[in-house]
Amino acid sequence: MMTHQWPILSTVTFLPLFGALLILMIKDDSDNAKRNIRNVAFLTTLFVFILSLIVWAGFDNTDPGFQMEERAKWLGGGISYHMGVDGLSVLFVVLSAFLMPFCILASWETIKHQLKDYMIAFLILETMTIGVFCALDAVLFYIFFEASLIPMFIIIGVWGGAHRVYASLKFFLYTLLGSLFMLVAIMVMYWQTGSLDILILLNHKFSFHMQVWLWFAFLASFAVKMPMWPVHTWLPDAHVEAPTAGSVILAGILLKLGGYGFLRFSLPMFPLASARFAPLIFTLSIIAIVYASLVALVQGDMKKLIAYSSVGHMGYVTMGIFAANEQSVEGAIFQMLSHGIISSALFLCVGVIYDRMHTREIVAFGGLINKMPKYAAVFLILTMANIALPGTAGFPGEFLTLIGVFRVNHFVACIATTGIVLSALYALYLYRRVILGTLKKENLKTFVDLSFREKFILYPMVILALLFGMYPAPVLNVIHCSAELLVSNYNNAVQAHAGMVFLQ
Amino acid sequence: MQTDLITQLILCVPEIMIATGALALLLTGVFIRGYSYTIVTWLAIAVLVAAVVLLATSPCDGTVFGDALIIDAFSRFSKILMLVSTIAVLVISMSCARAEKFDKFEFPVLILLATLGMMLMISAGNMLSLYLSLELQSLALYALTAINRDNLRSTEAGLKYFILGSLSSGLLLYGISLLYGYTGYIGFAEIADVIAKQRIQPGLMFGIVFVIAGLAFKISAVPFHMWTPDVYEGSPTPVTAFFASAAKVAAVALMSRVIISVFGASVTVVSDSMPVWQKMIIFIALASMMLGAFAGIGQHNIKRLMAYSSITHMGYVLVGLAAGTVTGIQSVIIYMVIYVAMTLGCFAFILAMNNHDGYVENIYDLAGLIRNNPFMTIIMTICLFSLAGVPMLAGFFGKWHTLGAAVGAGFVPLAVVGILSSVIAAFYYIRLIRLMWFDEPKAPFRDVPIDLCLVLILSGSFILFYIFFGIWISPWAEQAAQSLFLML
Repeated sequence: MMTHQWPILSTVTFLPLFGALLILMIKDDSDNAKRNIRNVAFLTTLFVFILSLIVWAGFDNTDPGFQMEERAKWLGGGISYHMGVDGLSVLFVVLSAFLMPFCILASWETIKHQLKDYMIAFLILETMTIGVFCALDAVLFYIFFEASLIPMFIIIGVWGGAHRVYASLKFFLYTLLGSLFMLVAIMVMYWQTGSLDILILLNHKFSFHMQVWLWFAFLASFAVKMPMWPVHTWLPDAHVEAPTAGSVILAGILLKLGGYGFLRFSLPMFPLASARFAPLIFTLSIIAIVYASLVALVQGDMKKLIAYSSVGHMGYVTMGIFAANEQSVEGAIFQMLSHGIISSALFLCVGVIYDRMHTREIVAFGGLINKMPKYAAVFLILTMANIALPGTAGFPGEFLTLIGVFRVNHFVACIATTGIVLSALYALYLYRRVILGTLKKENLKTFVDLSFREKFILYPMVILALLFGMYPAPVLNVIHCSAELLVSNYNNAVQAHAGMVFLQ
Repeated sequence: MQTDLITQLILCVPEIMIATGALALLLTGVFIRGYSYTIVTWLAIAVLVAAVVLLATSPCDGTVFGDALIIDAFSRFSKILMLVSTIAVLVISMSCARAEKFDKFEFPVLILLATLGMMLMISAGNMLSLYLSLELQSLALYALTAINRDNLRSTEAGLKYFILGSLSSGLLLYGISLLYGYTGYIGFAEIADVIAKQRIQPGLMFGIVFVIAGLAFKISAVPFHMWTPDVYEGSPTPVTAFFASAAKVAAVALMSRVIISVFGASVTVVSDSMPVWQKMIIFIALASMMLGAFAGIGQHNIKRLMAYSSITHMGYVLVGLAAGTVTGIQSVIIYMVIYVAMTLGCFAFILAMNNHDGYVENIYDLAGLIRNNPFMTIIMTICLFSLAGVPMLAGFFGKWHTLGAAVGAGFVPLAVVGILSSVIAAFYYIRLIRLMWFDEPKAPFRDVPIDLCLVLILSGSFILFYIFFGIWISPWAEQAAQSLFLML
């Protein structure tokens, strides 16, 4: 409907590539050049963020369908170029664009070698992640989804920690294997429907038998990306070894690709299979919530602890999506968005003290509140948000999800609620060991509080973590219409099928 | 009759030109002393370029010398692809030939003769021209393999290839004689007629199996792949590049034609859901994909690694062929275009692996290359990600087309195995990338010669920007694929 207007989604998606091209042309030899590289990268991401806000501003909350669509002929054989956003995806675009400038800032001084390659990798990654949320062609979606592996693989492998090679290979092969099953499923869907356009696929009614196979193929891909228990093992390794900014992107955006995929493909296209296998998802989700929280409790590495806490939080998301009522789906999306901010901010917090100490072992710290009061305050708010304390951004998502799940299955909701207690346990335990207590260790006594750059990174995140906790309406309003449509289509499909079975 | 002969000859002008060109260059090489290698190489490139131009500008179809040669869109497309890769091989061979002291004028002449054989293979329309062209190509390739005659590995590879190649020729000839014996014809069209009308007798089935086995040897599909790693490793690198690109294109084109226009017509018996050729192709496709993926993991010599990699990729091509539909053949053609681009990029890179000890082939010599030579590393990284089938890059679309064709023909398990093996194979491609990007640097390589740079840039940009011009390749490939089915 807006084809005559400026193609803003393509601009948002591909502008980072333009920035990468500019950086490619800068010779990486002097300090001056390095400053230029940083500035170009930062300004590009900032500009993309502003554009993404324009997308949000231009988004019509009352329209449940796709907006700002762009179509073009492309490779043929069904593959076309089709972009567009709806209430489910638009905020993920904003989230991706929001986190990127912070990633660039977080790597401002810490990246010493191959700065040019690093910034190019990040900008390419930004294009891929925004592209995933805008793509409305199954192959285009797959391309963005999968191509995000390349820059992330290189980011972990080149600028990561001691065991970076192992972690990057594990990350790559794990996710590649998962997503290739989705590729076969997309092929099957193409031969079934004759189209790869997501809009057409959404309206096609696959037979139940077909839905089961396709649903499992998509599950293989999205479950690895989420990650769901038991295919989560790549995540702690990848997080621990990735540089701070890499962890931020991993936790903030890449984990959301799986959840978004469930919302875009699994639930609306295969409603019958989703209904049939919802108990399976519930089981895996509550295992993830309880198990990951318990594992987080015994971690000695801060990043690993937050990584396991992410696995737990993603458990709420999968549970909420497949409970498939309005509260749970909205809660799941809100949870993904808030987790994107909170866990990213937590990783940035870990990065702050890692830059000072070059270790992330919890036992190496203690009593930081004496030297770094501002840091302690920031960390406290984010810890509370991670626990989903009412008033923080973590709360509405988990609360809505639990309400929604309770309507479907009391038992699951009860078990999942224990996860909140467990998350309080590990998060507060972490806080006590790192921040509180007396400052005993000699090498910690030289620590200085947050620098200007660090404040500039962390304060906006903290403000958002509080703001969306107290006033979640701007986010929920965007999601509402599309989520309602998704759920009503799902219910209709399930009821129609039940009616048919009854008649037989 | 007279004019008929002339129109027929006009159809095969490119072949005639290359044949006379090869002979003329042989004479030129004998009479010029001193710089004969350089001059003959450039003249050979000129002949090949002229042949490409002729092919691209003459869209006439027809058959030549009875049914010996078939000129159609399919043969034109394959020939152009094959000639372009031959040109690239000649371009990248020059610096290596000088350094390794096989800069003799026989080298480009032999390449031209092999090319002639390949062109005839692509056009072959009966079993006689099939066998003769295959032998012409093979004899030239045996000599090329052993061209570095002071090198033990090169001569060993030549001998191995000769012995196993003769064996496969024997198989092929035996199969052809069985086909002739049971059908009474050697022309593709006549054999297809006979096969279409009757149930396949056991003897005929043996014939089909032997012919497919002989052809599978040429594209090094499992279980006829044993020669590949040794010959790839032993041959001089430009010759290996020639094996991996042009020779594969010709063999795949020939195999497609034989399968589709001869065996494709075979009637299916009621108790038997699938024709015999399809069973065979599916088996060798599965075996090639899996074996290539697993066996490549243990390789530390980059040329051996490329050998197993090419075995895997031939498996993917055969997946498209197994579908046996227009979409299937279209996917085979597209896959070959992409495969050739990736292979040439990789071999240009291997030829640039040249440090103070001379040419190196061990993958651990690549450690930390990004610090010393970012240009080379980035292009090779693109090639490797593309070989692994990561999206955005051309290799992904190749897999999309072939596996998609298989899914369309109802072979979903085949596509699933293809996917699994591509993850396994991704391991060794990613290991190379890991070495180049993540490890500490070793001895730097010499500066990349300009000719290698050219091929590297061309193949790198083809792979990277396939997303833009894939839109033109698809319809062209579809047209070529359809011409193969017109004969039926």
